[in-house]
Amino acid sequence: MTATRKLAGLAIFLLAVFVLVPALIAATGRKDLYYTLTSVALLSIASAGVWLTFYIGRINMGQGAFALMGAYVAAVLVTRYGMSFWWTLPAAGLFCALASLLIGLPILRLRGVYFAMVSLVLTEVTRLLALAVPITEGAKGITNIPLPGAISLFGITLVPDFSTMENPRIAFYYLAVTLMVIAFAAMYRLVNSRIGHICMSLQQNEELASSIGVNIVHLRLIAFAISSFLGGVSGAAFAAVTQSVYPSSFTVTDSVNFMLNCFLGGLGYVFGPMLGTLTLYFGWNLLFQTGEFQLLIYSSVMILLMLVLPNGLLSLGEGRRKG
Amino acid sequence: MEQVIANGLYLGAQYALIALGLTLIFGLMNVLNFAHGQMYVLGGFITYAIYGQLGLPFPVAVLASGVSLAVIGGLMERYLFRTVIRRSHREESTMLLAAATAFFFDAVILLIFGEKQRGVPKIVKGVFHDFGIILPYDRIVVAVVAALMIFAFILFMKYSRTGRAMRALAQDRVAAQLMGIKVDRYTMIGFALGAMLAGVVGGLLVSITGVNSGIGGPISVKAFLMIMIGGAGVVGGAIAGGFILGMMESVGLTVLREYGDVTYLVIFAALMIFLAIRPNGLMGKPWG
Repeated sequence: MTATRKLAGLAIFLLAVFVLVPALIAATGRKDLYYTLTSVALLSIASAGVWLTFYIGRINMGQGAFALMGAYVAAVLVTRYGMSFWWTLPAAGLFCALASLLIGLPILRLRGVYFAMVSLVLTEVTRLLALAVPITEGAKGITNIPLPGAISLFGITLVPDFSTMENPRIAFYYLAVTLMVIAFAAMYRLVNSRIGHICMSLQQNEELASSIGVNIVHLRLIAFAISSFLGGVSGAAFAAVTQSVYPSSFTVTDSVNFMLNCFLGGLGYVFGPMLGTLTLYFGWNLLFQTGEFQLLIYSSVMILLMLVLPNGLLSLGEGRRKG
Repeated sequence: MEQVIANGLYLGAQYALIALGLTLIFGLMNVLNFAHGQMYVLGGFITYAIYGQLGLPFPVAVLASGVSLAVIGGLMERYLFRTVIRRSHREESTMLLAAATAFFFDAVILLIFGEKQRGVPKIVKGVFHDFGIILPYDRIVVAVVAALMIFAFILFMKYSRTGRAMRALAQDRVAAQLMGIKVDRYTMIGFALGAMLAGVVGGLLVSITGVNSGIGGPISVKAFLMIMIGGAGVVGGAIAGGFILGMMESVGLTVLREYGDVTYLVIFAALMIFLAIRPNGLMGKPWG
């Protein structure tokens, strides 16, 4: 792809999410879609983190843990310490990144299925911790989190207070989409940088990479920390959107879903997680009308997709280009 | 104290049997079978239907659970896993397939058997009460049957032709193929055997704890824990892991009772520390 085509693609994408989608929603009057799309955008940020750990060759099923951690950090900071929502986003991300450095140091030595299982256990540990620790208020969770306040710079209001808005859902949609665009732009930049190429070498052969002087311990810690940062930010934003957080907000199922989003979109493509999240989330919601058969149809379609397109949805385009 | 040990042994025997099936599938194909817990639930429901509703003898029902799960497992390997492994660039793709089949089983079980907790009449009445231990007879029967099956499984893996072939496959796939082992056939048998074990345990335990459609996931997570403790893909490791987890659960529930529901939190934390020191578990092969 040439540079102009890339830029054109980016422009179309930005136009679609910032202008066309709100226009379409306004035209059809399906206001509920705002919430759905906000969820998709936020979940795809967390999935992007999982994708990055796949990129260094680790199957990460611990993203639910970091999303939950981020949600609680943000909720506690807002409700107990009265911090502004806008500061809690980076704070939650950084908290998760630090936590992941501590946790990652021992467990990133594990590979393959071992890492997958430990990270799965991590999700469960976080849920149990949230139930046991006093500051998280146990099973009843933290509710009534205030809406984000205004941002003003030099006296000019950049973002109005969410609670004064007529429909904060729309504001949340723009917030989530902006976060998503930033996250994926950063990911794209990272993957196409020098570090990205070295990460690719980790995926293929860690020993070989380390033998030619790549500091693999350092690198995989960084990747894991970035991944957890994204998970934390996504969780914090989610807590603000739903104005509540419970120990069951992010569970093992969510961790598995983050992983599935990556698989479905395609592990070889940076934008795979975004497409995967959109497809899975929308597919699930569309099937709601089928009632009790929802899960049956959903899982059957997933199995079929896996048989036909085991390398992800985006591999479809690649095959056509080759043939 | 005797009571705690007896409970631990009883739990350990059933856990070890669950872990054996999972580790067998993992060792042969490098597939982490997410649907293992669901297979267990399915086995439980089949026994419930045949023993509880049709009124046929309990052993027949458990046998039927085992056979139907073996057939399902064999078909899954033949038509799903083999295809995906052949077509995919990365072997992790099988995890998505396994997770999807887990959802699929959940849906099927929910549609056929509903969401109610189901139980069956006791197989043996009465309670054993001696040496300071109180244990219902049916639990003893189940534990003994489970222990016998573990023993039979070890003998089978060690001395039968099929067992030897499967062990060779787990050690080195290519070398086994070069020695003339029919890789495809034995992989399928292995998967069927693993699924059968899950079904049989489900069938056995329905007589004690009952079964409901929601416990598949938690059972899978427990099975993962066991094979992580023991080391994935190793028969001895699965058995050790099962008994260790059973014992920890039993001791934890007694010792930590006053601190509330923290047994599993402690077990998880201990496991993280343990794996940081010994990444391959007690006796796992390096890096899975």
